Amino acid sequence: MSATGIGAAVRRKEDYRFITGKGQYTDDISRPGQTHIHFLRSPHAHAKITSIDTASAKTMPGVLAVLTGADLAGDKIGNLICGWMIHSKDGTPMKMAPHPAIAHGKACYAGDPVAVVIAETLGQARDAAEKIEVDYEVLPAVVDPAKTQEAGAPQIHEVAPQNTIFQWHLGEAAAVDAAFASAKHVTKLDIVNNRLVPNAMEPRAAIGEYDSGTQNFTLWNTTQNPHVARLVIAAFVGMAPEHKLRVIAPDVGGGFGSKIFIYPEEVVCLWASKKVGRPVKWVCERAEAFLADAHGRDHVTHAELAFGEGGKMTALRAKTIANLGAYMSTFSSSIPTYLYATLLSGQYDLPAIYCEVDAVYTNTVPVDAYRGAGRPEATFVVERLVEVAARELHMDPVELRRKNFVKSFPHQTPVIMNYDVGDYDASMRKAMEIADVNGFAARRREAEKRGKLRGLGYSTYIEACGIAPSQAVGSLGAGVGLWESAEVRVNPTGSVEVLTGSHSHGQGHETTFAQLVSERLGIPIENVSIVHGDTDKVQFGMGTYGSRSGAVGMSAIVKALEKVEAKAKKVASHLMEAAESDIVFKDGQFTVAGTDKSAAWADVALHAYIAHKFTGAQLEPGLKEGAFYDPTNFTFPAGCHICEVEIDPETGSTTIVGWTAVDDFGTIINPMIVEGQVHGGIAQGVGQALMENAVYDKDGQLMSGSFMDYSMPRAENLPPLKIDTTVTPCPGNPLGIKGCGEAGAIAAPAAVINAITDAIRTENLAMPATAPAVWAAVRAAAPALAAE
Amino acid sequence: MTSDVQLATRPADVSARDRVDAAKNLVVSFVLNGKPLSVAVAPTELLADTLREGLGLTGTKVACGTGDCGTCTAILDGEAVRSCLMLTAMVAGKTVETIEGLAGESDIHPIQQAFIDTGAVQCGYCTPGMILAAKALLDENPKPSADDIKEAISGNLCRCTGYTKIIEAIDKVANAVA
Repeated sequence: MSATGIGAAVRRKEDYRFITGKGQYTDDISRPGQTHIHFLRSPHAHAKITSIDTASAKTMPGVLAVLTGADLAGDKIGNLICGWMIHSKDGTPMKMAPHPAIAHGKACYAGDPVAVVIAETLGQARDAAEKIEVDYEVLPAVVDPAKTQEAGAPQIHEVAPQNTIFQWHLGEAAAVDAAFASAKHVTKLDIVNNRLVPNAMEPRAAIGEYDSGTQNFTLWNTTQNPHVARLVIAAFVGMAPEHKLRVIAPDVGGGFGSKIFIYPEEVVCLWASKKVGRPVKWVCERAEAFLADAHGRDHVTHAELAFGEGGKMTALRAKTIANLGAYMSTFSSSIPTYLYATLLSGQYDLPAIYCEVDAVYTNTVPVDAYRGAGRPEATFVVERLVEVAARELHMDPVELRRKNFVKSFPHQTPVIMNYDVGDYDASMRKAMEIADVNGFAARRREAEKRGKLRGLGYSTYIEACGIAPSQAVGSLGAGVGLWESAEVRVNPTGSVEVLTGSHSHGQGHETTFAQLVSERLGIPIENVSIVHGDTDKVQFGMGTYGSRSGAVGMSAIVKALEKVEAKAKKVASHLMEAAESDIVFKDGQFTVAGTDKSAAWADVALHAYIAHKFTGAQLEPGLKEGAFYDPTNFTFPAGCHICEVEIDPETGSTTIVGWTAVDDFGTIINPMIVEGQVHGGIAQGVGQALMENAVYDKDGQLMSGSFMDYSMPRAENLPPLKIDTTVTPCPGNPLGIKGCGEAGAIAAPAAVINAITDAIRTENLAMPATAPAVWAAVRAAAPALAAE
Repeated sequence: MTSDVQLATRPADVSARDRVDAAKNLVVSFVLNGKPLSVAVAPTELLADTLREGLGLTGTKVACGTGDCGTCTAILDGEAVRSCLMLTAMVAGKTVETIEGLAGESDIHPIQQAFIDTGAVQCGYCTPGMILAAKALLDENPKPSADDIKEAISGNLCRCTGYTKIIEAIDKVANAVA
């Protein structure tokens, strides 16, 4: 391993600009002559808009335009779309309601934009928005996914009776029914996967600019996938032809899924920039982000796990209602279906699985992919069931897991996925050793002497990353392919630029991707630049989400590098007057086998461009190659997280006193970066389990709409984390990478709740397990505790 | 009003963008990153806006505007403050440090170096505020405990790192063997 190659904890190349305040995020960019836009949002969760009077707003100082949904419709700007078609079990397509970028005729959630003001300053735009008179006819609202399908519930969209978007299923119902009929034991759980607000630290932002001379649009945008944004805005919204729209995603301050989607605001900024003939800038305020960013999770599930003799799992069934909010966001339909039900086999050899999912509309902001996206929900279902089953069966949760682990690979689950490789027991064994599980009983007794309750909780999770084989996802309804692109440009001096369709918003691609190039070409990492996030520079690519950029994005770079090396060998053969088959390339040197002739990388690069040693008939000049990589399977990161908690029964406060994570991510490019991503994921999972909750009141007002009301994990909420890995390289891609970005968020919630319920001996505990909730659960469980 | 705050008397004190607002009639003098300066601001202008928009120092971020997240942290007379909650007029006659003032011409501050060395940076958005919160801590308490460090950054939110490596970075500076 070289100091800057694969596996080295290389310091991040991008950090200098961040630690000196020189990062350039969308809000840091100012365009000459830029104007500011303010979105007036519906204060009601469900209301007919009977009239909008903008006359007095238009006379306010500095105002350039006041625009409404009627203006948008008048300009024939298309609706926002959901790009993944799901069919119900009866074969009918999902019920996608129209989603205009500015509500027209009806507002469907508190925060739905109803008008915009573009003014010289933001203050003027805000002031003028106060003068817009909107007459609403307030309608009853529904926010609870468990109630929105009830007869008599308010109907949100005409296209979707009973607010039902689809009633989908996966697996074999008959086989599952048969297994349950003959089961020796059945464990049942009702589970709510609490609704989360992504809250990337950088709020979303957009600058739209129209050049009337060239008729080109430019959009600076906080997006994880600039090309997909350009495609959707061009092809579906119809703002501009694709080749006349440039999307730039500069430094982006965290995404976690919430910046994948094509939102109303960027569409409106582009549209308005042409209307006013000047750049239009929008920066989301935090309170606005709570209302308008797509939320995550929000599942209501009943799940059952059947066992045969000796704790052998025989079947799992689940019925889930997934809240998709007021409109279908860009990838919302795929999250509670193909990213959720397909993971319900967990790490277990489960012969039969059946899952039904009803996706529903409510009067809340849309719900879409967030940090794990479906896989945290699946893991929580499976790992809670397993832990509860162990207690009911009076089995050690470790033994119950071990007995049921998938042990031979490849393994075909009953729910589509074909696990390629793994060693689940190895991760669990290592985690148990690090967590000192053997010493837990003594720690628990010691805690009891102090009047505290200790618990230990496991989560042996699996996820599907490396998203995804295009043909496979196409057959499941995806509107796009999920390959990735790369282009390797070698300059005449031998330095290298890699243009990637992946996008880094905290992942450190400028470093990890450069490590790959440095190792393969044997050149200093300083001589490699990674270029991403600009549709004018990089050719079409799919972007970053679902922990895909290592497994898919880097594989595309490998393919391009192989082509570059092949071409460089041809150049070297002319340069050294040797047969191409005799050229050996190693550590940045070309040599002729069996001779002392050699040429350095930079010499070959130069000769590729000056083209003095070969004719045009023999070889094309230049050294630049591109590649597309389409994966042949998903990748399956998996591991074991063990959480140890101590609870004060007098207050219900939970302290996480120990955390061990042993993950199998396959090949690791940069262990320092991987550790950091695992830490962050665990923080999110702990946040979901103990603190975070997006709560709407019955009228559809968001009660947790600020950092004062929505409890984000802070430094003091997290324990020291012990992180380690086991490695089974992924056989499906050239580097053996599985992906690591979401593992912590997927594994952690079940580990926390399993630990708390172990401590207080009750299963009746919902997330977030706040101090009052735990206190009440301790009180309810007091007889069981006293009996021990 | 101290002598560091004066009403602007000439239109020349007002920058081009103020043709619209036309209210930047207050001149505030303070020391920013070691250099004295005077800047024309509106009486209601927030320090974060003056830094970012008036002075082009965009290293200071504004992620909530309500003082809850710490991305706008600046150091005022040695104390970490929320620049999104302070009027620029309030810093008259005082000393303000922002992330742009930390690095010397040839080297970066040890806290900055520690953030790089421990992998404490991911998306970078909370980073300037975190580094300044750490600097204010270490300037006052060069040997903080782990709890002191957590306390010092308890007002700074980070969604990427889980704080572990940030705490490690600050600890590394504090407890470095000289």
